[in-house]
Amino acid sequence: MELDPLLLSRIQFAFVIAFHILFPAFTIGLASFIALLEIRWLIGRDDFFLRLSKFWTRIFAISFGMGVVSGIVMSYQFGTNWAQFSVRTANVLGPLLSYEVQTAFFLEATFLGILLFGRGKVPHPVVTLSAVMVAFGTLVSAFWILSANSWMHTPAGFEMRDGVVHVTSWWDAVFNPSFPYRLAHMVVACFVTTGFAVAGASAWHLLHGRSAAEAKHTLSMTLWLLAALVPAQILIGDLHGLNTLEHQPAKIAAMEGHWETRQGAPLVLFALPDMVAEENRFELAIPKLGSLILTHDLNGTVAGLKSWPAHDRPYVPLVFWSFRVMVGCGLLMLALMLWGLYLRARGQLFESARFLRACLACTPIGFVAVLAGWFTTETGRQPWLVQGVMRTAEGLSPAVPGSSVLLSLILYALAYAIIFGAGIVFILRTVREGPQ
Amino acid sequence: MLDLPLIWAVIIAFAVFMYVFMDGFDLGIGILFPFAPGDDARTRMMNTVAPVWDANETWLVLGGGGLFAAFPRAYAIIMPAVYIPISVMLIALIFRGVAFEFRPKAGASRKWWDRSFHLGSVVAAVSQGFVLGAFVQGFEVSGGFYGGGPFDWLTPFSALTACALVFGYALLGATWTVLKTTDALRDWAYTLVRRLLLAVILFVGAVSLWTPFLAPAIADRWFSWPNILYLSPVPLITGLLFVVMLWAVATRRDGVPFVCTLGLFALCYLGLGISLWPKVVPPDITIWDAAAAPASQAFMLAGTAVVVPLILIYTAYSYWVFRGKVSDEAGYH
Repeated sequence: MELDPLLLSRIQFAFVIAFHILFPAFTIGLASFIALLEIRWLIGRDDFFLRLSKFWTRIFAISFGMGVVSGIVMSYQFGTNWAQFSVRTANVLGPLLSYEVQTAFFLEATFLGILLFGRGKVPHPVVTLSAVMVAFGTLVSAFWILSANSWMHTPAGFEMRDGVVHVTSWWDAVFNPSFPYRLAHMVVACFVTTGFAVAGASAWHLLHGRSAAEAKHTLSMTLWLLAALVPAQILIGDLHGLNTLEHQPAKIAAMEGHWETRQGAPLVLFALPDMVAEENRFELAIPKLGSLILTHDLNGTVAGLKSWPAHDRPYVPLVFWSFRVMVGCGLLMLALMLWGLYLRARGQLFESARFLRACLACTPIGFVAVLAGWFTTETGRQPWLVQGVMRTAEGLSPAVPGSSVLLSLILYALAYAIIFGAGIVFILRTVREGPQ
Repeated sequence: MLDLPLIWAVIIAFAVFMYVFMDGFDLGIGILFPFAPGDDARTRMMNTVAPVWDANETWLVLGGGGLFAAFPRAYAIIMPAVYIPISVMLIALIFRGVAFEFRPKAGASRKWWDRSFHLGSVVAAVSQGFVLGAFVQGFEVSGGFYGGGPFDWLTPFSALTACALVFGYALLGATWTVLKTTDALRDWAYTLVRRLLLAVILFVGAVSLWTPFLAPAIADRWFSWPNILYLSPVPLITGLLFVVMLWAVATRRDGVPFVCTLGLFALCYLGLGISLWPKVVPPDITIWDAAAAPASQAFMLAGTAVVVPLILIYTAYSYWVFRGKVSDEAGYH
């Protein structure tokens, strides 16, 4: 059997980036949470916040370490597996990624060292400042990487010369059309992911009667945050979707499972999209609601997948179902928040074991939603690597045989399985110990 | 008009050197790890680098990312050419990187994270040595991309550079340990420095003698008149540093061996630069051939000129915070 380097490289990239994204998704929010705890300690000098900060910093350190080592892998993937992509897009993506390293990675890494090991060696405000710097670094990092990723979805500010991208406007390239929406959607997703993880850990402490004062405070604080962010995220997601409809309508058609272009398109709740027959099987849909959501008009016209030739469409089932997983997570989050608000209004937030167990069960929900969201947007862009400019198959490295890619893919899979398993064990062990 | 490719070549050479030197000593700690006198000694060695390893390794990201950004054609040729050693290096770096957090938290599984730290460091160093050797030997290019096979990097010369780099990093690690520790651990490191120094002399000598035979252009550069006169200080100062180090070890001057080793690395690096200049993909492609568009290099330079000095300032601050000998209770765990 001939090993296909294109397919294997795609699987490898999807695997290493999906693994990597789990850590930033958690640490971006956690860094800000720790910075907030440190600032509150600095203002009131209440050791309560110091205990919490130290506790979450220990968990942060484990996750951040795994994020760093899996992130170094990412900076070499373009060269090893996607050499043609590198040559053709480096003029725009190179500076963005280079600025990410310079303005974010060094800041995070250096000040994390001081945050972890500097207590007692530097005045306390410097520790607090380090926590703020780490948090700031994570957000700056998100800015650059999402700008680069957004440019691949909605390229702007460039012209092609001899098959190579040349930037004509840095402003248009950096602030390309989908960037503001993607940045907002992802950063809020990170905060929400962290929020549910923190709420889950606090619920566990309360259910097991440990560190009750700290756990109550953390849970309450986090649920207030989530009660604001979850609805906001749904709104931002809707705006992001409308932006996608404008710039990548084929992706929206795949997300919605629309094959035909029509007025008053339905909202498909369930279906098994069939790529060959170009139709949905077992479709369950609400009439006209699709048009209402996408065009804010019951009879608005929505383009279907058949508007594009078959070789310009993404693999519909993956896009369709990833999107439903993400939206499902969002609705579940919203339900949990409403339940929490109701309990809080009755003064029973910490009394309901069922609610606490639900929070505990929802600990990983943000991670699931983030992965599903990324699968939606990235597989929805296919077959393009850079929308309308370059196909994924055109990006591959020549002269790297499938066997090499298979070898590296197996090694990454084994390494990540071991590291992830161990990391989860150490994080859970640290959570069980609680604030000290 | 600025010669942007030249400026970027200097910046990336600087970033790669920062990586080799800074991650060099913490990889060296990993290489020497199992030989340390006892578990407490291992913990202390790890604590000397725990606050800074992460930032040290970031220079590797800047080196890789910078090459992509400033010389994309070089990045697109070199990375596929060394696909296997680069992939192995990245995986090795994962295993050693997580050991910093996992080892102190592990109970019964601690010895596995000791191994993970050690083997990860050794394998990363060996892989980097192979990449270095392959780079010096040059790559086959066709149609602007790599045109060779998946194992072209594996040669006797690259095996030699791999050994040289492992011993070089081990020497950096040993001299760092001398600098940062006291008592029995420092004494142990001192005995190591002397032995490793001899090994490094042999390997550096062998690589230096072999390199001119790789390509007539390299031999020409070093041995033609008057170059031989201008370049003679490079081997002479290298020899002088060896002598100074032996003296420092004999008279127990804790800071000197580390600084001398840094000097040795700098000179070897300079020698490499002299041999290959101005090629970014030996034997044929120059920094001007492989450069990104001037508009992109200029856009990056505007920020880099400000940000890299800032990075150096806060890096220096971080090293200043963690200056001096490391005590037993340095960990936060």
